[in-house]
Amino acid sequence: MTVSAIDCQIMWNRLIAVVEEQATTLIRTAFSTSVREAGDLSAGLFDRQGRMIAQAVTGTPGHVNAMAESVGHFGREIGLQQVFDGDVYITNDPWMGTGHLHDITMVTPVFRNKVHIGFFACTAHVVDIGGRGFGPDAGEVYEEGLLIPICKFAERGTVDPLLIQIVRANVRTPDETVGDMYSLAACNEAGNRRLQAMLDEFAMDDIDGLSDFIIEASRKATEAAIARVPDGAYRNTMQVDGYDAPVTMAVQLDIAGETLVADFAGTSGMSAFGVNVPEVYTRAYACYGLKCAIAPDVPNNSGSLEPFRITAPEGCILAARRPAPVSVRHVLGHLVPDVILGALHKALPGQIPAEGASSLWNIQISARPTDPDSGLPNREVLMFNSGGTGARPTVDGLSATAFPSGVSTMSVEASEQVGPITVWRKDLRDGSGGAGKMRGGLGQIIEIETRAGYQFYFNAMFDRVENPARGRDGGAAGGEGRVELTDGTRLRSKGRQLVKPGQRLRLSLPGGGGFGNPNDRDPDAVRADLAAGYITPDQARRDYGLDD
Amino acid sequence: MSGVRVGVDIGGTFTDVALMSPGGTRTAKVLTDYGAPEAAIIHGIELAATEADVPMSAIEQVVHGTTLVTNALIERRGAKTAFITTEGFRDVIEMRSENRFEQYDLSLELPKPLVARPHRFVARERIAPDGEVLLSLDPSDIERVVRQIVDGDYESVAVGFLHAYANDVHEQMMADALAKAAPHLSVSLSSVICPQVRELPRFNTVVANAYVRPQVAAYLGRLEDAVHAVGITASVYMLHSGGGLMHLETAKEQPVRLLESGPAGGAIYAAGFARAHGIDKALSFDMGGTTAKICLIEDGTPKTANTFEVARSYRFKKGSGMTVSTPVVEMVEIGAGGGSIASIDSMGRIQVGPRSSGSEPGPACYQRGGDEPTVTDANLILGRLDPNGFAGGAIPLDPTLSEAAILKTIGEPSGLSAPDAGFGVTEMVDENMANAARVHAIENGRDIEHFTMIAFGGGAPLHACRLCEKLGINRLVIPPGAGVGSAIGFLQAPFSYEATRGIFQRLDEFDAVAVNSALAAMETEAQAFVQAAAGGQPTETSLTAFMRYTGQGWEIPVPLPHREFSVEDRPVIQQAFEEAYRTLFGRTIEHLATEITNWSLTVATERPSVAPVEVKADGTSAESNRIRSFFDAALRQTVEAQEIERIRLTDGLVAEGPAIIVENETSTIVTAAYRAVGQADGSIVLIRKDAA
Repeated sequence: MTVSAIDCQIMWNRLIAVVEEQATTLIRTAFSTSVREAGDLSAGLFDRQGRMIAQAVTGTPGHVNAMAESVGHFGREIGLQQVFDGDVYITNDPWMGTGHLHDITMVTPVFRNKVHIGFFACTAHVVDIGGRGFGPDAGEVYEEGLLIPICKFAERGTVDPLLIQIVRANVRTPDETVGDMYSLAACNEAGNRRLQAMLDEFAMDDIDGLSDFIIEASRKATEAAIARVPDGAYRNTMQVDGYDAPVTMAVQLDIAGETLVADFAGTSGMSAFGVNVPEVYTRAYACYGLKCAIAPDVPNNSGSLEPFRITAPEGCILAARRPAPVSVRHVLGHLVPDVILGALHKALPGQIPAEGASSLWNIQISARPTDPDSGLPNREVLMFNSGGTGARPTVDGLSATAFPSGVSTMSVEASEQVGPITVWRKDLRDGSGGAGKMRGGLGQIIEIETRAGYQFYFNAMFDRVENPARGRDGGAAGGEGRVELTDGTRLRSKGRQLVKPGQRLRLSLPGGGGFGNPNDRDPDAVRADLAAGYITPDQARRDYGLDD
Repeated sequence: MSGVRVGVDIGGTFTDVALMSPGGTRTAKVLTDYGAPEAAIIHGIELAATEADVPMSAIEQVVHGTTLVTNALIERRGAKTAFITTEGFRDVIEMRSENRFEQYDLSLELPKPLVARPHRFVARERIAPDGEVLLSLDPSDIERVVRQIVDGDYESVAVGFLHAYANDVHEQMMADALAKAAPHLSVSLSSVICPQVRELPRFNTVVANAYVRPQVAAYLGRLEDAVHAVGITASVYMLHSGGGLMHLETAKEQPVRLLESGPAGGAIYAAGFARAHGIDKALSFDMGGTTAKICLIEDGTPKTANTFEVARSYRFKKGSGMTVSTPVVEMVEIGAGGGSIASIDSMGRIQVGPRSSGSEPGPACYQRGGDEPTVTDANLILGRLDPNGFAGGAIPLDPTLSEAAILKTIGEPSGLSAPDAGFGVTEMVDENMANAARVHAIENGRDIEHFTMIAFGGGAPLHACRLCEKLGINRLVIPPGAGVGSAIGFLQAPFSYEATRGIFQRLDEFDAVAVNSALAAMETEAQAFVQAAAGGQPTETSLTAFMRYTGQGWEIPVPLPHREFSVEDRPVIQQAFEEAYRTLFGRTIEHLATEITNWSLTVATERPSVAPVEVKADGTSAESNRIRSFFDAALRQTVEAQEIERIRLTDGLVAEGPAIIVENETSTIVTAAYRAVGQADGSIVLIRKDAA
């Protein structure tokens, strides 16, 4: 290493700070709840060849590879000879971007001394993109909203007025959606200014050398980490509820030296509903799971992502073929890390957590006046909720905590200000953590009722009701999810349903699986769990053999 | 009137005293006494008073701030505390925000709540967001809960019911019942401590308050006695996190308002220099052994916020602490200090901090058994520290130990010489601090290059000039007396109290009557607290609404004129919002409704005035002791520098960079690009030579 290598490290740090800053700005200005509360966005810097050099760590691993790959598509579709200073490109193509129409990706070429040296890109989930809205009910992607193919949002600094008109005419929230498009473009521009200042400071004309340095160092570190995993072929399958039919996810990991290939052959075919997952999104979550276990410290860039080669056969539910509906691809996407970590467990026994609730239990509440003539407005309330994570080899699972997604929940008080609902309960679900030497994280229970004059519809997309999170190494499964009214009436875990005035919906979110034999759990930990009510007296006796 | 005032800051290691009298400022530094913090205070005051030749009875005011409250939270040394909340919401403080603050750590552990589940009790009750009672609190239920509390033998109780900021009837009923059944029990209500929407921060705040209250109240009581016992008849006031003074009795009831009082003193200290020097945009930079703190100061006032995170548990990472809602001087804290340890990661990159060698064993060069390389070791290798002049020569430094440590950990694995590795370490830590400062400015819609830096704390003068180079800042002030900056800052704070209230309204449905009546109540509350301490001094009232576009999740602070509102004021409020929004985000959005979520009203006395300084930008050359050499990071080379004693860099004398200005407590590095000019108030101003 030399002093110039130290400069490269300094600049690497700087670039990560630049993209983190881009992401922060987007979070603060975006309209969509999932951007603000869930960090459903991304920002990154790319070199001239379209290789990602730096990416912000945001709330959603779903953008990790998706963003890395997308800029390559832009380069090909636009053609490098058509790239001008002042241009901004756009798409929301699920197969080119990040898996569904709600995510808009914008790419801005970076020029220095009139020479094109790289790209800034960012992605955010917009409030509305037309079509049927955010839900699984479309039969084809055409029904899910407006698809903007890769095209120029702006050329040489001038925004395409026709594109804006088309978007405005096709979405329910034209001001917010178009507002977010401008904010994405501004966010790239802000990144560009910071990059130029850095290049001034270090007296550089381009980023090629820096890009090589970052990508090489990251690739080597990742390959070295993969090489520490014992060679072999490791398979795993996992059944989950799916939407209209149970889904089998299957994966084989082939690890040989510094190479790792994951193949999802054997996975179920596509669904008729919008839970299908474009392959790019599967790759993102698979890679996320692998990176957490194998090389968590290496920042995301082309060099650190490339060594993980991930494929799924086209036409399976994890590599949906156009024009399949894909709007709510996150429901199954969130379960991908569980299946891939299950395979990795066979290579790295004693190091991998048990399965968790994994798929979020998000609920969109559509409050409607019981009397249409009452003059009361319709209101929409969105809540993100998480079950328990799987127990880890040396620590219990996390209760009511999102994994693999990084979302936050919303404040109940703030939600009740937005819509005419009362949340009567949102607390931990006693006894739902899978028993084990390390206990699975607890799920939670939520009870919701409308206030006077209203009833509500909700669209259930809840998994791990039929197929709870499995334990590992002798650990028991976590508690399965349950959807019902508080009077005990069972409801379906999928599909749109009505909750009438006076009725209360109760969601019991799944717990995480346990790790290791419950009989090996420290009796003091069992007693502490019992005293806190995390486990029931019956569980203490039956599952843990506590006899005091 | 003797005009003698004393500021006292208790930090983790030292208790600092600053005594201001017409004859000047005297300071004292004594070791913090954890068993009896008040004893160290008295000792320090005696030292300073003796030096100033002032009798104890002449002291007219004692102002105190401390990190002890924060430490009690971090170290979990609070009272046996119970939390009473709404049935169905027992686990709010345990479930937190349901996310992970570190995405890639499979073994991540979340911080445990201050009050564990067996000590959280629920009552059947429910208030709606508009204050309507949906389920009234039944006397039999109150009785049941009160019995649980009494049987549980608790010292302190927090009560936090849903939407209590909109209607406190149930919290008051619970408080009354508890007062009757257990008159000596300390009870904190969320509707009093933090009447704002969002249950998690409100519950955290009231729980934190209850948790530290018995100890803080006992300590402040002892302090008052100890102060009076040595003949000081003056009242003791506390500096609160928001940067103002409050009465001791208020502090005993609302100790959560003291959490950031020590660091806030530092920001006020810097703000005093900003005012004296006529700097309207200043960035304070305070670097100690373990962390660095950054604060924006505009128009002589440190920027404040409504929430902050205390007790971060994971590498100072955002989200790993506990969010509390209480008015606070907003500071960014990162794990970068003189003791920060350098290492090499899996990609061969030099990493610095947040792990710190602390004061024991300290950096390798301290010769106390530390063998890991720290920022101080790197500074020593690069010639920025004098091995024989550290702490006035009290701590001899051994550069060979620094070299050995840095070569072993950094140099050998990466093939760098000791000086190059040292450069890598200091450059990385400077880069980390510069990034934090830049992000903080951007998050506030500011351009950092338009700011003047004010640097203090042991490590800051060593790094500040390089930081300015990285940030494009042309002007840097190094104030005198930086070793006890917070204690001096305490004496420059006004009396103030900030009252907050959650009132949710869309602007198009603005209810002026409801707002006016709430604001009047808030002003009465704030005035009462201020007048209790300030005793009839004239005050000013300022008002801030927290607003957003409908559908957004973040509110932004919008300063508004303090007056009676009418419905006709809606355009005024809208305009003020748009102006604030544009400042932060560079644009506004048409056609969208706006809404107000919270109000904040501050009553404050006038700030103690500071004497303006006629800042000089040039002058005659100061006399140099000798020539030393240090590594100038921007030039990437070792330069010959004149060493100048700080006491000789008096008003109007100049040291052209490269220079090192030495004093007992620290050294100021003046890089080749800057010139240092001594000022009448004892500060040094560094000015970029090529700045227009």
